[in-house]
Amino acid sequence: MTASVDAKKEGGFLAGLIKSGAHQKLLAFASLIMLLIGFSLGSPNFMQMSNMIAILQATSVIGVLAIGVTLIIITGGIDLSIGTMMTFCAVICGVFLTYWGLPLPVGVVAGIGAGAFCGFCSGTFVAKMKIPPFIATLGMMLILKGLSLVISGTRPIYFNDTPGFDKISRGSLIGEVIPGLPIPNGVLILFLVAIGVAYVLSRTVLGRYTYALGSNEEAVRLSGVNADRWKIAIYTFAGAICGIAGVLIASRLNSAQPALGLGYELEAIAAVVIGGTSLAGGRGTILGTLIGALIMSVLTNGLRVMSVAQEWQTVATGAIIILAVYADMSRKK
Amino acid sequence: MDKIVEMIGVDKGFPGVQALKDARLELYKGEVHALMGENGAGKSTLMKVLSGIYKKDAGEILIRGKPEEPVGPREAQALGIGIIHQELSLMMDLSAAQNIFIGREPRLSFGRIDDAEMNRKAATLFSSMHLDLDPQTVVGDLTIAKQQMIEISKALSFNSEVLIMDEPTAALNDAEIADLFNIINKLKANGVGIVYISHKMDELKRIADRVTVMRDGQYVGTVDAKETPVDQIIAMMVGRKVQHDPLVVPEISDVPVALEVRGLNRGKEIRDVSFKLHRGEVLGFAGLMGAGRTEVARAIFGADPLDAGEVFVGGEKRHITSPHDAVKAGIGYLSEDRKRYGLAITMDVAANTAMPNLENFTSQLGVLNESEIDTATQEMVDKLNIRTPSIHQEVRLLSGGNQQKIVVGKWLLRDCDIFIFDEPTRGIDVGAKAEIYRLIEDLTARGKAVIMISSELPEVMRLSHRILVMCEGRVTGILPGGEGTTQEDIMTLATQRDTNQQNAGYIQ
Ligand SMILES: Nc1ncnc2c1ncn2[C@@H]1O[C@H](COP(=O)(O)OP(=O)(O)OP(=O)(O)O)[C@@H](O)[C@H]1O
Ligand SMILES: [Mg+2]
Repeated sequence: MTASVDAKKEGGFLAGLIKSGAHQKLLAFASLIMLLIGFSLGSPNFMQMSNMIAILQATSVIGVLAIGVTLIIITGGIDLSIGTMMTFCAVICGVFLTYWGLPLPVGVVAGIGAGAFCGFCSGTFVAKMKIPPFIATLGMMLILKGLSLVISGTRPIYFNDTPGFDKISRGSLIGEVIPGLPIPNGVLILFLVAIGVAYVLSRTVLGRYTYALGSNEEAVRLSGVNADRWKIAIYTFAGAICGIAGVLIASRLNSAQPALGLGYELEAIAAVVIGGTSLAGGRGTILGTLIGALIMSVLTNGLRVMSVAQEWQTVATGAIIILAVYADMSRKK
Repeated sequence: MDKIVEMIGVDKGFPGVQALKDARLELYKGEVHALMGENGAGKSTLMKVLSGIYKKDAGEILIRGKPEEPVGPREAQALGIGIIHQELSLMMDLSAAQNIFIGREPRLSFGRIDDAEMNRKAATLFSSMHLDLDPQTVVGDLTIAKQQMIEISKALSFNSEVLIMDEPTAALNDAEIADLFNIINKLKANGVGIVYISHKMDELKRIADRVTVMRDGQYVGTVDAKETPVDQIIAMMVGRKVQHDPLVVPEISDVPVALEVRGLNRGKEIRDVSFKLHRGEVLGFAGLMGAGRTEVARAIFGADPLDAGEVFVGGEKRHITSPHDAVKAGIGYLSEDRKRYGLAITMDVAANTAMPNLENFTSQLGVLNESEIDTATQEMVDKLNIRTPSIHQEVRLLSGGNQQKIVVGKWLLRDCDIFIFDEPTRGIDVGAKAEIYRLIEDLTARGKAVIMISSELPEVMRLSHRILVMCEGRVTGILPGGEGTTQEDIMTLATQRDTNQQNAGYIQ
C-alpha cells in the first residue's frame, strides 16, 4: 500500500517500481489481462498486431494526460482543466509553427511551456489565493477553452507546412530499428513520460512533497516547508506534462482542433481512479495510472472490434469505472 | 464481586507485528482497572478487540460469563461496551452536539432532526461534567482538550456498563482531570466497570483499584493499585528500573540570548507577551488550558498571524510570517496535536522523520538520498526505542505513543538552535519519557535553547531552568526552576486573572 515510499526500498529503481506496482496494482493488472483474454476469445481480430498498436496509440494522449493529473490528485487536488489545456497547448504550437513559421523544436517547447504556464497559474490560484482546486481548475477549463477559440479564430490550425511534425506521434523510431515492431513514437513518448514521472515521484523532493501534501498539508507546512511554493511547482510540472499531451494530439491529427478537448479530463481522471489512486490524496502510482489508461482504451477498442454499439460502449465504460473502484475498495478492507 | 468482562489468551497479529499474544484482562463491576504498558505493548489493540473493532485471532471473551465475539462498535454497544479512543474520531465540521448524537439524533416527524432537543440533551450532559461549552460550537474550532471532553461525553451518553478509556487525560489539564475523576467515581458507584489506560503514573494511585500490566503484547500480571509501589509497576512494564537524574539549573545570566520576543499581541489570545530565552536554557511554559501557551508558540513560529510584536533571534530582528521563515531562522516547533499537525500518517516512518530535513538529504537536482534518510531514521528509531516492524511502516499503523516519538524524532534530527516543544511527551510511556528528557538535556548542553510547554506540571518542573507562567494570554510571572519553586507557586500565577479585563468584558 505504501507503494510511493516502498518503491525505493530494495533493489534498483525499476525493480522497485515493478515490485511496488505489482502488489498494489495486481487487481487492476489482472482485470486488464482478463479484458485482453475476453476480447481475444470474442473476436479473432482483436489480438492482431495492428489492433494492439491501435490500442497503444489510442492510449498515448489520454495516458500522458492521466499521468499529469495523477500528480495533482496525489496532492489531494483535482484538475478539470487538463482537457482544454491540452488543446490550448496544441493551438499555441500551431501559432508558433504555422502562423509564425518558427522551427519545429521551438513550437514543441512553446506547447510544453504553455502547459507549464497554465499549471503555474492554476497552482497559484490554489496555493496562494486558496481557491479550492475544483473551482480554480473549472475556471481555467473555461478560460483555456475560450482562449483556444479566440486565438485560432475557431478554425483548426494545420501543420502541413511543418514537415515532420506528424512524425512526433505517428512516426516509429522503434519500427525503424526493429522492422517487425512498428510501435508509434507517441507510445514511446507515453512510456518515457511514465518512467520519468515515476522517477520524480519516488525519488525526488518534488515527489516526496507531492505525497506529503496529499497526506497532511498542515503537517508539511509546520515542518517548515514552503508548502505553497512546492504546490505551485507540482501544478507547473503537471501542466508541462499536459503540454506534452497537447503536442502529441496536434501531431497525431496533424492539426490543432480548438473545439476539441472537453471531456478528455474526465477520461483521464477515470484512468487515474481505476489505477487505484485515491481522490482523497496521499496515495497513487504512475504504473497504476498507466494500467488504468490501458484498461479504458482496451475496453473501448474491444467493444468496437466486437461491433458493440457506440452507446453501449459508453455504458460499459461507466460500469467498469464503478467496478474497478469497488474492487479496489473492498481489497483495502 | 461480579466479573463483567473476562478476556483469556487473546492473540492478534498484524502484518509484521504480533500485537497480542496470550493477553488477559479481568474486569469487575464497579471497578476502575488500569491497563498499563509501554508504547506498543498492545493496550489499545486489546481494547479494540473487546469493543469489536478488531477481530481476535484466538482466545476467548466472556461478557457477564457468556462467550461473546463483538463485531463492530454497534454490536459492542449493544453488549454494553463503550470506548473512548486514544485517537480522537470527531467530525471537525460538525457541532459538539451533532458529534455526540451522530446516528441517533432525536427526530421529529418526516425524519427531521430535532436540533433543539439534541442541543438540550448535550447541554445537560456537559453540565453534568462541569464542562462549560456551547453544544453548537463547531468541533474543529476547539482545542484538543475540549475535543477530548466531547469524546468523553459522547461515550458517557451511551450509558455503557463497561467503559474503556484509552488515555483520556493525555490532553487534559489538572482541573479537567479532576472533573473526569469525579465522573469516574460516580460511574463506579453505579456499578460501571472501567478500563483505564494512561501513562501518567500519579493517576494510578488516585483512581485505579487494580492494575494489569502488559509487555510486548503479553500479560505480565494484575496487582492491587493502592498497595503496589509505583516503582514495582514500572519495573513490570519495562522490565527494568527507570531512574531520574536530579535537575541541575545552570547559571544563565551572562549567557547570550537565543530568542527574545517583545510585546506579542493578538486579540484576547495573546496579550503583551515578552520574554527572553537564553542559549542552553530550558524555559518551561506553565498555565491552565487556554492560557495561550500554544498560541504564543505558534505565533513565534509563524504558523498563526500576530497583530503586533517583535521577534529577535540571536539578537537580530527577524520578520517571521511562515513556519518556513521560522525554520530558516533556526526555530523548530513540535505541535501538540500530532495527528492534525505533526504527521503525514499515510506515509512511512522514514518519510515523516525526514520531513523537516529534506534539503539535507537531497542532491543539487532534488534527488533524494534514500540511504542517508534510512540511516538517520534508523538511528532515531533506536535512540527513542520506536516500536515499528520497519522504518518503512506507515505511521498510522503504529501505536499512539510511537507516533508521538516520531514527531519528537523529526525535530531532534533537524539541527535547530531554538526548539519549542509543545506537549512532547503526550502519550509516551515512562521509560521513553526519561529518554526524551535526557535528549532535551543533551540539546541544552550543546547550547540549544528550549521552550517546553506541558500540561503536566511535574514535567515542567523536572526540566525547566526557569518557568514562565501564563494566564488568559498574559505572562503572569517567571519563576526560577529547581527545588525552590512549588506547584502552588505556579498555580497561584496560573490563576492570576486580570480583574480589570474581566470587568471590562462583563460590562460589554
Ligand atoms: N492496524 C495495525 N496494523 C499494523 N500494526 C498495528 C496496527 N495496530 C497496532 N499495530 C501494532 O501493534 C502493536 C500494539 O499497538 P497498540 O496500539 O495496541 O499499543 P499501545 O499499547 O496502545 O501503545 P501506546 O501506549 O503507544 O498507545 C504496535 O507495535 C503497533 O505498531
Ligand atoms: Mg494506545
